This record gives sequence, structure tokens and C-alpha cells, in this order.
Amino acid sequence: METNLPQGAKVAVAMSGGVDSSVAAALLAEQGYDVFGMMLRLWTEPGSEAANRCCTPDAMALAKRIAAQLSIPFYVIDAKDVFHDTVVDYFLEGYTRGVTPNPCLMCNRHIRWEFLLNRALALGADYLATGHYARVRRAVDQPVRLLRGIDPHKDQSYVLAVLEQQQLSRGVFPVGDYTKTEVRALAEKFNLPAASIKDSQDLCFLAGTDYQDFLRRHAPQNSSPGKILTTSGEEIGDHDGLAFYTIGQRKGLGIAYSEPLYVLKKDLLHNTLIVGTKDELGQTELIAGGLNWVSGQAISEPFQAEVKIRYTAGFLPAMVIPLEDGRIRVQFEQPLRDITPGQAAVAYQGDQAIVCGIIETELTPANQHNPVRLIQ
Amino acid sequence: MSDFDRTIYLDYAATTPVDPRVLDAMSPYFSQEFGNPSSTHRLGQQAEAAVETARQTIANIFNCLPQEVIFTSCGSESDNFALRGGAFAARQKTGANHILISPVEHPAITKTAVQLSEIFGFDLEFLPVDEYGRVSPASVAERLRPNTAIVSVMAANNEIGTINPVEQIGDICHQANVTFHSDAVQAAAHLPFDLGKLNIHLLSIGAHKLYGPKGVGALITKQGTPLLPIQTGGGQENSHRAGTSNVPYLVGQAEAFRLAAQERSQRQQRLVEMRDFLIRTVLENIPGSKLTGHPRERLPNHASFVFHEVDGNELLMVLDAAGFACSSGSACKTGNPEPSAVVKAIGLSDDWALGSLRVTLSHLTNDQHLEAFSQFLPEAVRRVRLLRGVPDGN
Repeated sequence: METNLPQGAKVAVAMSGGVDSSVAAALLAEQGYDVFGMMLRLWTEPGSEAANRCCTPDAMALAKRIAAQLSIPFYVIDAKDVFHDTVVDYFLEGYTRGVTPNPCLMCNRHIRWEFLLNRALALGADYLATGHYARVRRAVDQPVRLLRGIDPHKDQSYVLAVLEQQQLSRGVFPVGDYTKTEVRALAEKFNLPAASIKDSQDLCFLAGTDYQDFLRRHAPQNSSPGKILTTSGEEIGDHDGLAFYTIGQRKGLGIAYSEPLYVLKKDLLHNTLIVGTKDELGQTELIAGGLNWVSGQAISEPFQAEVKIRYTAGFLPAMVIPLEDGRIRVQFEQPLRDITPGQAAVAYQGDQAIVCGIIETELTPANQHNPVRLIQ
Repeated sequence: MSDFDRTIYLDYAATTPVDPRVLDAMSPYFSQEFGNPSSTHRLGQQAEAAVETARQTIANIFNCLPQEVIFTSCGSESDNFALRGGAFAARQKTGANHILISPVEHPAITKTAVQLSEIFGFDLEFLPVDEYGRVSPASVAERLRPNTAIVSVMAANNEIGTINPVEQIGDICHQANVTFHSDAVQAAAHLPFDLGKLNIHLLSIGAHKLYGPKGVGALITKQGTPLLPIQTGGGQENSHRAGTSNVPYLVGQAEAFRLAAQERSQRQQRLVEMRDFLIRTVLENIPGSKLTGHPRERLPNHASFVFHEVDGNELLMVLDAAGFACSSGSACKTGNPEPSAVVKAIGLSDDWALGSLRVTLSHLTNDQHLEAFSQFLPEAVRRVRLLRGVPDGN
């Protein structure tokens, strides 16, 4: 592991009880850093607290036991209110605006790497480590570089691309230099319990409940049914509420038609869902705003890059064109069917993440980011 | 090196390390003189002698009869036993149905009382307390009823250190022929209790607050006090509490109390000096700080504070990360911030109530430790306030 931290540095590790963060803590402790563990208690819908996969009582007990096994102190931090006000509100607000928000990005930017980082700093830490599969590289008088994790199947640099330099400069990602297979072997070597926590893609605060039900309860204004139209204005059915559909979605439309139909657009003004054929769906470009130049240096000239448009998407060759209004236009070589407003587009050059923006439509400009305030 | 060596431990009201002399007294009773005191044979007789000697030691210290000492597994058990056993026995004897307790009791009393009320139909009433968390004898007198089954007021508060006038409260209850229980788990570690003079019918004590082992306590029960066993079975403890006697721990508890009584005056003087130094420097050096509990009528080793706009849990973490072990009123390690019943009862507003800190000392605490702590605490408070967005942390 290449951490390049000063000898004796004090490192806080965000622990989940899972194998990745446990191995991260063990690697740092093995190298002689002054390590302690932290865990956040996040907001979950009242009544479902025990099912929030990021902080179930079981996960908390497990993380505590691993910390004890590694002989490191462990602290649980309450973040329920700030998580609700920052992440859950963002999630609901996004659906209200007709986009498909990615709350994990907001959690990383403001909960893990602001709220938690500030508490780690108050506890005397110099760095905050997590179990993300990503790498950072530091050099004297140079911006910190965020790189993809070594394991192409596990790379999580996408969700960290919302971090600013002041945050990245405190970041340590010990497992980013390993493959998942190697991490499992390390867990065995360190005699850490095999992760029993589900590797779920679901949002933690939904606690296993359906996101549509969650939206009906918390944002009923977006859950009102309306018409489904084709691009030519033909009325072909009814939708359950615009919030429940994503651009590019095919399944679950409940329409019998001569050929497969896809969600093309949400018309918030008229509460209608516009659908069309596969040919109509493809787009070759997107506009992204609310930019974070994760490389630390804004670029004003167009550049060739590989762009990822959602967490599970591939790296697609594209031209990134910085616009005068502070946004970017991304032009792909091939049309894409799943450009989704509200998700992040992250442009890479080689392994390095360069810029991250939130995908917009004409009707839904991305919000500007709230500033990150660190205490030191 | 253990964590105890690395840490400046200032949480002696939570628990204490076992005195090596106590450990020495206990050690023969694990593997050598391991007999069951109820057995007829010689090994049993040896064990019984050890238990009865321990009982006599406790009786001497509290100036009561040995048969008035009922050994239990901890202070919480003693509290449960006193309240439940006392309330049920009074109900059985006279139909009494009213329970009177202070609002600043240990949860071992409060939760037992709530259960007695919600499930067993007792009428639970809380006494008022003043800004220091003290119960006035007059308020007890006003609330006693002909059908009061039991009154429970702790001798000294674990969170804020305030000492209650249990002598006067005991006299009032005694005259009214009502059982008076006092939780002295904290207080008995520091203050003498002469049960020959005091009208405390039931007194809870435990060993681990005074350099004895965890997991052992006693309920001292004045003869004639109505008390129903709550752990039934064998005839141990004069048929008051079933279960094989925990011989080494009972021996350890007796030795801990013996040493505390013997060394009381020399321990005490240092404690009061250190405590008052700490209170003075904290209040002088930290803006937005208040002492909680009574300024004079408080445990000699106990200093407790609240800080304005401070999250007490975060303060404890910052202190621990810097090597200082303390505690807070809201004893919550799960990350759920809730002000404690005690800080609420003494009338602190929300912007103060979450910021509590308890610093409890030992005669083992040295001046350098105390100095280092009082130097770091203002910085710790400042950092935690910065996290809340308080400008400059002041």
C-alpha cells in the first residue's frame, strides 16, 4: 500500500464493519500510524433504524469488535439531523425537480468529507481514511490527484469526484491499491471477520423499503398520476407520478405498443411522461453544471476524456468542452440511452478524475454546490 | 502498556481499578479455598467463615448488625431489591400503594419504580429538586401519605455529585412509619454512614466505586423493615436472597470498604483540594461554563459542569483522543444525543443540557495529571464549539 503519509500521522478510519474499511484500518495500523475508528449514525425513517445498512446495530457492534481486535479506539458520531437536512432533503428535492438525484454524492461531499472529517480533525486526526476503491497521489506543491482504484470492477473514484482539494488532501484510501480478491485475502491474513454486510446498491436511508413508497410518503406532490404521451403527442396511457420514472427506463411502463418504448423526458409543467422508441432515445451529448474540478485546476480549452455518466456505467470516450457560463458540454462518439439528469458525469484522463458535474436539462439546471467548510 | 497507563483516567465515579491489597485478599478464594459456604464439609466451613467475616466487617463499618447485611451482585441489584422488595412487602402488610422518589435517581431506581407503577399498579410520585438537584426534607414530609409504601432518595448523585439530607429525610419517614431507602453506591465510597444513628432502613452499596471488584454489592436492611425476597431459591443470605455466595468477591468488597474507612481522612483531604482547584480553573478559564450540582454539599472527588453550545458526546471523544477519560451526564455511547433526566430536572435549557461533563478524581490522581487536564479542556471545548459553527469556539 502506498500511503506516503508522514511517520506517526494520526489517521481516522470511517469504519462500517464491512471488509473494505476493516482492511483499510488494519493496513494503516500495521504500518504504525496512530489509527482510530469512527462510525456515523445516519438518519433512517423512524421505525426502520435497525435496517439502515450503513449503521445497523449489528454493523455497529461488528465495527466496534474489529476496532477492539485492532486495539484502536472507536467513536460513534451522531449525524442523523445533518444527514436528513443534507442528503434526504437533496434526494426529495431532486425528484421534485424531475431529476434522478444521486444522494451518495451529497453524502460523500457533506457528510463523510465535511461533517465526519471535521470531527476527525477535532479529535486530532491528520487524515481520514475510508474503504473506497480509489487512490490519491500527493506530490509537493502539486494538487492531490484522485485516481481510479486498481480493481476495474470495484473502482469507486466516481463517488469521490465531488471532493474538493481541501478534502482530498486529507483523504487516504488504503484498499484502492488492491483488488477485491486481494482485500479478501488481507482480511483473512488479519483474521478479520468475513463481511456479512450486504453489498447493496440500495440507498441506506430507505432501509430496505421501496423508494417509490418513500417518495409517496415524503414528497406526495410528485407522486400524482398523469398522462403518457409519445413524441408526436399521442396519448397512450397513464403514469403513476413522474418521480417514479427514470430516463431510458423501458420496464414498468404498462403500455402495449407495437415496439418497445422508453422514457425520453419528464414534462414537469404538464405532469406528462414523454416516451419514444429506441431510436428517439439516444443522445450524443450532455450539459453538466455545478462543476467540481477535482484535479484542482480548471481547464478552459476542450479536451479528450473518458466520461462516466453514472456509478455503474463504463468509461466512454468523449470530448469535454468547457463553456463560458461555467458548465461543460460533453460530446460522445456514440449515442447513449441513459443520460440521466441529476446523476454526475465524471471526466477522466487516464486513471485521473479531472472534473465532475451534475447532468442537466434545459428545465433543470444543476444546483450550485454548497461550500465545504473545514475547521482547519 | 495498557490503556490505563496511556490515559489520564478521571472517571472514578464510573468505576475504579481494584486495589492490589483487595486482589490479594480475594485470590485464595478462587482455586484453593473454593468451597461453597452452604456445604457441610470443611471446605464449605472455610468459605462460610470467609463470608461471615466479610459480613462482620461491613457491619462494623456501617455500625449495624451482621444479619442486617444482605449481599447482592451489584448496586443496581440492591436498588431493585430495595424498591421492589420494599414496595411489595409494604403492600402485602398494609395495602400501601404509594411510591415517592426523587427525579434524579439512578435508572436502577427510576426504571424499577416506573415498572412498579405501570405494571404493578403502584402510584408513583416524584419529589421536587432544587437547582442543585437536592431534595428538601420538607418536600418529603408534605408528600407522605398514609398509604406510602416506600420513599427512595439517593445519598449522593452520580452525575452531579450533590449530597442529599438523608438524615433528616430518614427521620421524617421513620416517624411516619414509612420505609426509607437510599442509594449510597456513590456516597458510601467517600462518606461514613452510621446506621446506628441514621434512620435509613435500606441502604444500597457496591464495591467497585472504591477500588473493589465489579459485580458485588449489598443491601443493608434495618431489622424489622418489610422486605420481600425478589430472587427466590436457596436459603442463602438469611433467606433474603437466593444464590451461591460469590465468596472471593464478598471478601474483596469487605476489604475495599475496610481500606476506605481506614484511609478515609487522608484520601479525602487531597480529593477536596484537587476538586476545588479543578472547579475554580474550569469556571475561570472557559467562557460559557457552569458548575452542576451543589458547590459545597457534593462528593469530595466529584466535579461536574455544563458548557454552553457544546455536544457532550463530542467533547468526551475529543478528550479521549487526547488521552483523558471522563464521562458526561448523558451517558450514551451509541451516538444518540439526549439530555439526561438529571440535567433536565435541575432546569437547564437545551443549549446547555447536552454539554455536560463529569470529572471524578481519585487519591491516585496526581497534580500533573490534573494540571494537564485543566490546560487541555478549554481547547477541547473550543474545538467542539467550532464543530457547531460557534465563531472562534468561544
